[in-house]
Amino acid sequence: MNCIIIDDEQTSRVILSQLCAQQEDLHVVGEFANAIQAIKYLNQEEVDLIFLDIHMPDFSGFDFIQTLKLPPRIILTTSDTSLALDAFEYECIVDYVVKPVTLARFEKAVQKARAFVPTTTSSTVTVPKAKSGISDKFFYVNIDRTLIKIDTDFVNVIEAKGDYILIKTQAKEYRVHSTLKKILDKLPVDQFLQVHRSYVINLMRIVDIEDNSILIEKDVIPISRSKRPELMRRLDLL
Amino acid sequence: MKNQEPNFSYIESLSGGDVAFRARLLEVLKSELPVEIADFKSLIRDHKFDKAAELVHKMKHKMALLAMDGAYELAVRFENELSEGNPELLSDFNGILEKMTTFLSRLTKI
Repeated sequence: MNCIIIDDEQTSRVILSQLCAQQEDLHVVGEFANAIQAIKYLNQEEVDLIFLDIHMPDFSGFDFIQTLKLPPRIILTTSDTSLALDAFEYECIVDYVVKPVTLARFEKAVQKARAFVPTTTSSTVTVPKAKSGISDKFFYVNIDRTLIKIDTDFVNVIEAKGDYILIKTQAKEYRVHSTLKKILDKLPVDQFLQVHRSYVINLMRIVDIEDNSILIEKDVIPISRSKRPELMRRLDLL
Repeated sequence: MKNQEPNFSYIESLSGGDVAFRARLLEVLKSELPVEIADFKSLIRDHKFDKAAELVHKMKHKMALLAMDGAYELAVRFENELSEGNPELLSDFNGILEKMTTFLSRLTKI
């Protein structure tokens, strides 16, 4: 199993790395001091298992899990014993190991990860949505090394601008180095629609629609001819 | 009486005789702890107790690594109290940090 370690303490990373090295089938492919670095890595690579510290400054382990659309198996490592119940709300979390980690406890957790089969029919592990629906209600964008949480309900339009996208919310605009395709993967499919090669819109924010354009707040958004049938199908027409 | 004095029992149990790992772990401990202590003291001076409690959380793990069970328990209490704005255990906690610092500084050759 390819795994990564996310922990803001270097001592913890050294220990976990050593413990992983003692397991033939575990290969540490990355160590990260914060969740933001790990998210960047996971945008490019897939892993089978994550050793994740819960208690990290600015961005907790739970926050991190919420950013993953298809989280792999996760073993939480923490000095905090009080969060175990919260942890098992997440189907992807296979074990919760309290620091300092012993070899016996580590091996037991890894054994659970090896044997873990998600209860969903999908081959991937999912973040629970039943608890609060929170994973569909917001997403994070990385701007100047800060992860900014954006509530999907407040997004009006997302516009492609070369190598960037412009996320226009009711309060603010965010310029993010990404693509419309990537951001579409993070958005609830029933709420957002790509209506043009350069525009994704929030269907809940439509003010009115004319032949070839949509008014959202004060923005007039063009509609591609090819996208129009899908748009009309999605609207609740009288 | 739980142990307040640092020792290598936990690290030895992890290393299983791997000298390179033991050396690397102690090297990291020696480099990380002073930075955390300095940050902690600065936050205490500024009365930023909730932020200081986050550092206590980190440092208590290092106490566990040095098998200081009694110190760890005190750190757990201090972390909880500090996050609620109560620094009453500060003097005891500083004493533990001093022991750790002295212990690590004596490791001239790991």
